Amino acid sequence: MAGIPHDHYEPKSGGEKWLHRRLPIVGLMYDTLMIPTPKNLNWMWIWGIVLTFCLALQIITGVVLVMHYTPHVDHAFASVEHIMRNVNGGYMLRYLHQNGASLFFVAVYAHIFRGLYYGSYKAPREVTWIIGMLIYLLMMGTAFMGYVLPWGQMSFWGATVITGLFGAIPFVGEGIQTWLLGGPAVDNATLNRFLSLHYLLPFVIAGLVIVHIWAFHTTGNNNPTGVEVRRTSKEEAERDTLPFWPYFVMKDLFALGVILVVFFAIVGFMPNYLGHPDNYIEANALATPAHIVPEWYFLPFYAILRAFDGEVWIVQLASLLTGGIIDAKFFGVLAMFGSIAVMALAPWLDTSSVRSGRYRPMFKWWFWLLVVDFFILMWAGAMPAEKPYSTIALYASYYWFAYFLIILPLLGVIEKPLPQPATIEEDFKAHYAEKTGGTKTLVNPAE
Amino acid sequence: MMLRKLTLAAAAVMTMASGGAFAAGGAGYVENYDFSFEGPFGSYDPMQLQRGLQVYTEVCAACHGLKFVPLRTLSDESGPAIPEDQVRAYSEQFEIFDPEIDDFRPRVPTDHFPESGLENAPDLSLMAKARAGFHGPYGLGLNQLFKGMGGPEYIASLLTGYTGEEREEAGVILYENTAFSSGWIAMAPPLDDGWVEYADGSPNDLEAMSKDVAAFLMWTAEPKLNARKEVGFTAVLFLTVLSVLLYLTNKRLWAPIKRQAKDTPAE
Repeated sequence: MAGIPHDHYEPKSGGEKWLHRRLPIVGLMYDTLMIPTPKNLNWMWIWGIVLTFCLALQIITGVVLVMHYTPHVDHAFASVEHIMRNVNGGYMLRYLHQNGASLFFVAVYAHIFRGLYYGSYKAPREVTWIIGMLIYLLMMGTAFMGYVLPWGQMSFWGATVITGLFGAIPFVGEGIQTWLLGGPAVDNATLNRFLSLHYLLPFVIAGLVIVHIWAFHTTGNNNPTGVEVRRTSKEEAERDTLPFWPYFVMKDLFALGVILVVFFAIVGFMPNYLGHPDNYIEANALATPAHIVPEWYFLPFYAILRAFDGEVWIVQLASLLTGGIIDAKFFGVLAMFGSIAVMALAPWLDTSSVRSGRYRPMFKWWFWLLVVDFFILMWAGAMPAEKPYSTIALYASYYWFAYFLIILPLLGVIEKPLPQPATIEEDFKAHYAEKTGGTKTLVNPAE
Repeated sequence: MMLRKLTLAAAAVMTMASGGAFAAGGAGYVENYDFSFEGPFGSYDPMQLQRGLQVYTEVCAACHGLKFVPLRTLSDESGPAIPEDQVRAYSEQFEIFDPEIDDFRPRVPTDHFPESGLENAPDLSLMAKARAGFHGPYGLGLNQLFKGMGGPEYIASLLTGYTGEEREEAGVILYENTAFSSGWIAMAPPLDDGWVEYADGSPNDLEAMSKDVAAFLMWTAEPKLNARKEVGFTAVLFLTVLSVLLYLTNKRLWAPIKRQAKDTPAE
């Protein structure tokens, strides 16, 4: 697919020409910033900038925090208290970093569900979607390892539970777990390698973010209609698009400003609201907390992990068919990773020829049910693993899988889509037309 | 409109999320006491922190420690604000083993408070953040959103929560306490009316003293609370102004594009 036709950078002065012949870096920046962007992007298209900001915030605060942090089981907890009490502005750096992780995940979930609703994962944007999923997985790994570093009770026991998941893999599990931990249990070796990886992975994420942007700059942005930008001529393309700078930079910065007002209010006035009090108790291998609960952004997948216990028929069936190799614990692990895998496979599971959920009357309902389902799973993940919560978590898990594996493939066949606008220009004009014109389409709650 | 939706969405996520995280544990009753440091503009009351320090020193310190708290911070303006010479004199009552002279010496302000003297008495430095009250409702976390995390409230409720009932279990005497999660706590009632005499004649009934020491322990757990709220307020103010300016810039930038779209309706 050829790129959207637009003006390219032309070096003018002698100096510019000199540099451009040797390194076309100004041209690269110009083309990146001036990329033609669909006019009709709505407010759900602002999360990319928020995510970029979060990555930068986490790297900058993290680089400074690590200057004062000591990765040793005897000193880690005390060094965090040192940051909170003695380092200039240390309390702010630490709270920004801690709550920055939450903002990062709020933004990534909004970004992912935006993609799911408007069909951003569909051809030709499958590679963008897959890279996004890789970034999301790396984010989860990074956040998990970062949470271990303060060496509180929840750090220690969370690490014990999550690395224990690898121990559930048949035959090789225990070996993998020991290899991951650097010993038989979570200890100093674990803390050291988690710091090393927690520092490394954000830079891998940064690299993948560049590839993610490269991919969608090649295909062009999706937009709320899912209709492609006209590419036959520059004139036509310009009627569907506006350059990213300044139109979308300003719009995104405004949205970022509003989000940061909320973010700084939380950091300033209630920085521990999203954390767990037990993590202000130093790690103790001899005292298990009453309830081991992961951070909120892991809860939906934690709920899926716990939902499949030995009582569930599908678990019993799997165990019977594999001669006990797949037990309840391993099934839970498979379900948890599977729940993300099916999401990554959405481009090939969704059979509908219509991209945007706006023109898919049946899809809409199932999509919003998935959003509700996500929140139910999040809530169930925080509740104790007992009835009725485990039953709720189980049915919510079933729906998660059913959405991707049954509903998405089926809808493409049985659904009768609504008419789509011919062009982005038409949609944009309809949106801003006088109400008396009657061309305005139904306002969607997501917009 | 979009603004409201974004805020609502963010709030919903945060609420759902955190709610869950705290749903577990803590079934005891926690009274919602008022503290001077609550709310966006709240700050510590140095006089209350000084009274709390007195209760801590005369009562809690017999068993508990504050190993993360440097004694010098007692003279912080945003903390108890005790003059430096008094902090020096206060520090000297605690001894510390100094490996350099291979002997014990009195503590100086750059040393920390002593550790817990009793093995099963937890360190209290961070206790006000390591405990929470106001769970629920239904695991949604809304109570903590509106009332606060409830750490200092939990401490005050625990100190005032003894019913006077006691029972023996495996050779240990347990005391009934309405704030403690299991209902029975191993710590004997540490405080009662008038056990500590305040120099300024402030009320020294059980509830007043419990609140004072709870406030002091909130300070030991979060010594930079005043500064943090100031940063938060400044950031919110500046970012609000910035957002308004960006809104106006954006509106102006898009105005001709939108006008054009409106004036030439789709064919």
